[in-house]
Amino acid sequence: MSDKNKKGPESKTYKFDTLSLHAGYQPHKNAGSRQVPIYQTTSYLFDDVDHAAALFNLERGGHIYSRISNPTVGVLEERVASLEGGTAALATSSGMSAIFLTVMTLCEAGDHLVVSSQLYGGTVNLFRLTLPKFGIKCTFVKPRDTEGFKKAIQKNTKGIFGELVGNPGNELMNMPEVAKIAHDAGIPLIVDATYQTPYLCKPFEHGADIVVHSLTKWMAGHGSSMAGILVEGGNFDWMQNDKFPTMTKPYEGYHGLSFAEEFGPTAFTMKARAEGMRDFGPCLSPQNAWNVLQGIETLSVRMKKHCSNAEEMVKYLLDHESVAWVSHPSVPDHPDNALAKKLLPNGRGSMIAFGIKGGKDAGVAFINNVKLASHLANVGDTRTLVIHPASGTHSQMDEATLKFAGLSHDMIRLSVGIEDIDDIKNDFEIGFRAARKPRLVSNQ
Amino acid sequence: MKFKVNGDETFASTGGRPFDKNKPLIIFVHGSGLTHMTWVLQTRYFAFHGYSVLALDLPGHGLSKGKSLKTIEDMADWISSVIDAVGYKEASLVGHSQGCLVTIECTARYPDKIKTLSLMGGAGAIPMNPELLALAENGDPKAVDLMMDWAHGPAGHFGGHPVPGLYHINTGGMLAKSRTIKDTLGVDFRACDNYKNGFEAAKKIKIPTLSILATDDKMCPVKEGKKLADLIEGSKVDIIDNCGHMMLLEEADRVLKVLKSFITTHYPSKNK
Repeated sequence: MSDKNKKGPESKTYKFDTLSLHAGYQPHKNAGSRQVPIYQTTSYLFDDVDHAAALFNLERGGHIYSRISNPTVGVLEERVASLEGGTAALATSSGMSAIFLTVMTLCEAGDHLVVSSQLYGGTVNLFRLTLPKFGIKCTFVKPRDTEGFKKAIQKNTKGIFGELVGNPGNELMNMPEVAKIAHDAGIPLIVDATYQTPYLCKPFEHGADIVVHSLTKWMAGHGSSMAGILVEGGNFDWMQNDKFPTMTKPYEGYHGLSFAEEFGPTAFTMKARAEGMRDFGPCLSPQNAWNVLQGIETLSVRMKKHCSNAEEMVKYLLDHESVAWVSHPSVPDHPDNALAKKLLPNGRGSMIAFGIKGGKDAGVAFINNVKLASHLANVGDTRTLVIHPASGTHSQMDEATLKFAGLSHDMIRLSVGIEDIDDIKNDFEIGFRAARKPRLVSNQ
Repeated sequence: MKFKVNGDETFASTGGRPFDKNKPLIIFVHGSGLTHMTWVLQTRYFAFHGYSVLALDLPGHGLSKGKSLKTIEDMADWISSVIDAVGYKEASLVGHSQGCLVTIECTARYPDKIKTLSLMGGAGAIPMNPELLALAENGDPKAVDLMMDWAHGPAGHFGGHPVPGLYHINTGGMLAKSRTIKDTLGVDFRACDNYKNGFEAAKKIKIPTLSILATDDKMCPVKEGKKLADLIEGSKVDIIDNCGHMMLLEEADRVLKVLKSFITTHYPSKNK
């Protein structure tokens, strides 16, 4: 081989599928147990008083109390951090608590956030109604309005938050551009990547600084356990300006510790755990952490099937006489098709929104008659799920907010599962037939 | 804490406690391309137990200003200047990898200033893989990826960080990428490759010395570490099983236990 063609040494650190199975765990330190043990305990013995003090002072690594950390949960945290390409992670009792802890670690009363308008309904309510009660205000910007994110930044803005692919309208936020806007303003970009999982997109590679997940969804896949996580990219410089004094100034709660100086690329996670988990306490149970780990072991295998089934369903729905419109980033005329190809090269995800002819009544009939697809308030299960957002997940929004969030009354949200694709289509035929039936008129 | 050394602003972590000139001083010197943060699981313990701690960012690294020093000899002189700059006459030195070369040279040059020497993953010479050196000098991030691969042992590749939630291969990689790679890692690797005085410097060392080595260290293998230790009179050697070159993170508790025993015996603090 000529020198020109010589590849040179290659890093042999473990790759995605291997990390999904092994990261964060060493059997020889756990009695040789091949499977991750479930440490079902609240607390941990100290060797002596000195050891206890060392743990409380963050002098040494280790566990004190399972609200703060737990060995089983720790494996999950490391595993997700490794898959995302992050430096550190903190698992929480749900995706919502991961978002709340992220905001409370970043902000104080009087601060402001710029937020994408197309989010899970619960997240919208947190930003619109609940955070103002803590003195944190938010400005909503439509996900495709990249310049709008820039215009909405104020002196007291501490971050930009968005879902890469908005729930439920499937509009994409231009993550690299929005990240640049955030960084030019000296603030971090926080991305909820629940829909993608790190198999489809690693937001840190596109400029995000903090990633949050509802692990309840595709990461776990089995729909058995609630869990969330925040992951830190490690690249954001908290000391570049004076916007983040709680990260950079001495913190009374830990003997004058400056998280940014002491922990650098893991400072945010350390603060979220040391302060946020200590004071708010939305910890993940070790049993649920273990359940999620079982799902992550097969993440790439499942995501491939989710995505291939979703693409089949997109074709099926586009050709269907009962369907008025279909929104999925793989649809050629979807406004974000090109951006999706760039940011989601391994697949565009398994969330489809479609409009059913006949509006709300037809939608209700469809959902009430499908037998295989489950009607429930979740996404990312291995089973196919359907819901009518305007009367379900987003029902707490008023008309104006629904419109701003891109929701219509004929919209059905479909989370495509990994069943046999023919069975999903056959089930949908039953639903569509019911939706087309002329309804009985009650005054006859 | 920030202070001036030779006119340049220098950063050092004090282990989360205020710097107190009445306590004995321990100086921690990081490896190639890294920063003070590699020492977080050792420094905080000593800072809370009667010592003043400086986990340095070498010039041009981490939060320190100035340009990276180009030779191990210059770095050794700079460590001596740090001791002067903070108003001390003596210190105990702890080095990792390249930091071992620096602290060996510093101890040989300034025998009256240095009271104990602790070497982690040390060797008398650290010749660089030519391809890795070229990648680092060209600022190629692949150099960091390779360093993180080779620096972690088989067990360390799986993770299992002592601090819950931290994935140390990515954390180490981020530290090494925190400044321009060619100006930190590239300069450091060249300095290591050029340094030839390690074994001669070791022969001059007459103070208590500890070498912590690891069985799976590919960058400074045990036999190289032992070769160095054999040249230092009365040197103590501790070997950690199932661990790679990043022992201060991979086996942080074990390292701290050995270090604690050594320093408190040979350089005790009256403050508790």
